[in-house]
Amino acid sequence: MSAGGFPEGVQLDGQISRRRRRGAYLRLSFLASLIVAVFALLTLLYHIVNSAFGLVALESEVAPAALVESLGLDSTSSALVDLSKDDLVTVLRTNINNNVGRSLERDQRFYDDRLVFETQAKWDELCARAVDRPAGCSSGARERDNVYALIVEQIVQPRVQETWLLFDSIFHRAEIEERAAALYPSADLIFRSWLSVDFVTSPQSPQAEIAGVRTAILGSLWIVGVTILFSFPVGVGAAVYLEEYARDTRLNRLVQTNINNLAGVPSIIYGMLGLAIFVRVLQAFTSGAAFGGVDGVTANGRTVVSAGLTLGLLILPIIIINAQEAIRAVPQSLRSAGMALGASQWQTIRAHVLPNAIPGILTGAILAVARALGETAPLVVVGASTFITADPTGPFSKFTALPIQIFQWTSRPQDEFRNIAAAAIIVLLVLLLLLNATAIVLRNRYARRV
Amino acid sequence: MDLTRRSRPIEAAIQGSLFLAGMISILTTIGIVVVLGREALLFFQTKEVTLGEFFSSTTWEPQILEFGIWPLVRSTLMVSLIAILVAVPLGLAAAIYLSEYASDRARGLLKPVLEVLAGIPTVVYGYFALTFVTPILRSLLGVSLVEIFNVASAGIVVGILIIPLVSSMSEDALHAVPLSLREAAHGLGATKLEVSLRVVLPAALSGITAAVVVSVSRAIGETMVVAIAAGAAPRNWNLGKDGLFSTVLNPFISGETMTGHIVRISGGDLSYNSIDYNSVFAIGLMLFLMTLSLNMLSRRFVARFREVYE
Repeated sequence: MSAGGFPEGVQLDGQISRRRRRGAYLRLSFLASLIVAVFALLTLLYHIVNSAFGLVALESEVAPAALVESLGLDSTSSALVDLSKDDLVTVLRTNINNNVGRSLERDQRFYDDRLVFETQAKWDELCARAVDRPAGCSSGARERDNVYALIVEQIVQPRVQETWLLFDSIFHRAEIEERAAALYPSADLIFRSWLSVDFVTSPQSPQAEIAGVRTAILGSLWIVGVTILFSFPVGVGAAVYLEEYARDTRLNRLVQTNINNLAGVPSIIYGMLGLAIFVRVLQAFTSGAAFGGVDGVTANGRTVVSAGLTLGLLILPIIIINAQEAIRAVPQSLRSAGMALGASQWQTIRAHVLPNAIPGILTGAILAVARALGETAPLVVVGASTFITADPTGPFSKFTALPIQIFQWTSRPQDEFRNIAAAAIIVLLVLLLLLNATAIVLRNRYARRV
Repeated sequence: MDLTRRSRPIEAAIQGSLFLAGMISILTTIGIVVVLGREALLFFQTKEVTLGEFFSSTTWEPQILEFGIWPLVRSTLMVSLIAILVAVPLGLAAAIYLSEYASDRARGLLKPVLEVLAGIPTVVYGYFALTFVTPILRSLLGVSLVEIFNVASAGIVVGILIIPLVSSMSEDALHAVPLSLREAAHGLGATKLEVSLRVVLPAALSGITAAVVVSVSRAIGETMVVAIAAGAAPRNWNLGKDGLFSTVLNPFISGETMTGHIVRISGGDLSYNSIDYNSVFAIGLMLFLMTLSLNMLSRRFVARFREVYE
């Protein structure tokens, strides 16, 4: 009957089931795409954990136990790590050559009241000099932990011969033991967690075995601190202006478009802006020279302030856009009520709009700060120091940051640097997780209130 | 009672300072344009390099004063192309599933994963590319074919990195398609798939195009992944018959991208006003113009679907 070509009966049934089947297949492939994304995330996390723990073949120049025994102590009951500062200094004195000791002491003394390697007469002479006066003359004494680090670095000198991934360490342990015994007969095969308390609290070091991320964490915190101080007030201010005051003029539309465009500018461009403006043009201010009290060596603009302001400009559009949304979500009736009671516009904003919008503003700002914490490229361009062991002490210090540290360690060819890069990544991800958790808590609280 | 408008100097001052806060964004844009423009101008004013050479030469070797942008552009485009090939099918399919098929529970489980993926710092992706994806490529395709630093691995990982961007923007576009269109199609007897692919998808096309364009812009500007995994030397073009396929179009060899070059050069201690320093800003200006025009194009597309459906 079907002259117009409409299928019927069996033909129609066949077509429908074919169409349904095709639908089911494609639906599965859509789901599969999502699963791929989930799988990528899981693989990434697995790979990082896999690299941050595992067996290492460690060869020490001098066994720590031997050093403890050389003091006449029992090495089974007391470990090198637990010794007092006095004992550690004794170990150092008996095991390193006097010249090395003297230069260490000139960098920083071991005790405030006595000298270990240097004679008093020579020390007084050195410190009386006008030029080349050792740094140790004016700085305080070394801490116990510092002395311990020196012993590890100068005497114990642990060297990683080879490292293995966590997966292999668990499932192919026998093969690894065989290989290590054949290749490095004098090395200890130990299971090492590259992520440890020591790793988080030690400063940077050229040796992966004893390197840590304390300097980098502090650097990141200082930078992010400057970033927040700059971008939060400015961003919220701009959002308040755009939402509450700005009329629909050409200039204001331009500002809005401009903010949207800035949000899409690659981060590295901000780095170049920071390099040209904060590091070069404003060098007098960002180096701290304009405020006095900075020694000539560090007085260039590659400082915490420059980095923080650069990241501040980078996250400013994000903060503004989020704050605008939060402010827009405040019901118009609140503003009208405030105005009707005779409050001025600013009084209405301060007493009603901002308190109601603040959870949303904070949530957006925290997510923006999380972005700043993970940014790497602009900091490299602004001039993160490739190697510093001294903690940043203020806004005018040279800086390094956690992502910079990860970048540098990843770029090293040796395996053990890959391991500590993975450990540093875990530290960074935990920091980001904490920030995001805060944002979620704020969001939930906000959702309950309105 | 006097009801005339009183002058409130403090209020005016507050409004003024809020206005200034808004102006900082304009200043930022002006700053970017001036800084990049000025240094790029200095670069092109030196007698060693001309605009013509910059855009036509296929050799980038600052040591012998050869500044042709193409070796850097080649890697940038190749990384972006691979990234798009990875991200668009996956991201779009994920968006269709989330918008058209997923139950609320599935969406609640799967969307956060995409958000987490978007929140991971790019330096971590760089680590992943170099220490995980590259070894896998090398063991699959052979160490002689795939170099340790290669464009393919960086491209794949940049692709993973922008999946969340593609999927969230596409989902917005799919979501904006009115329910009535779907219902009409269902009423005519279309299956769910036919509704999704032949009605909703075409209706959301301008939004999806916007997502793709923005992803290209993001891939071009992505820095850390390529700086870590793609290699640290510009690959000069060899335009011989064999050279075209073995160097220029080969994704398994190393190649420095525009962003990677900027990071490497400015990461070292370079002296201001040297030709190296200025050349980096010329590349930066090009990068800025490329990403800006792509972003503006994308905003056009977004505005179009908003106009139709909202």
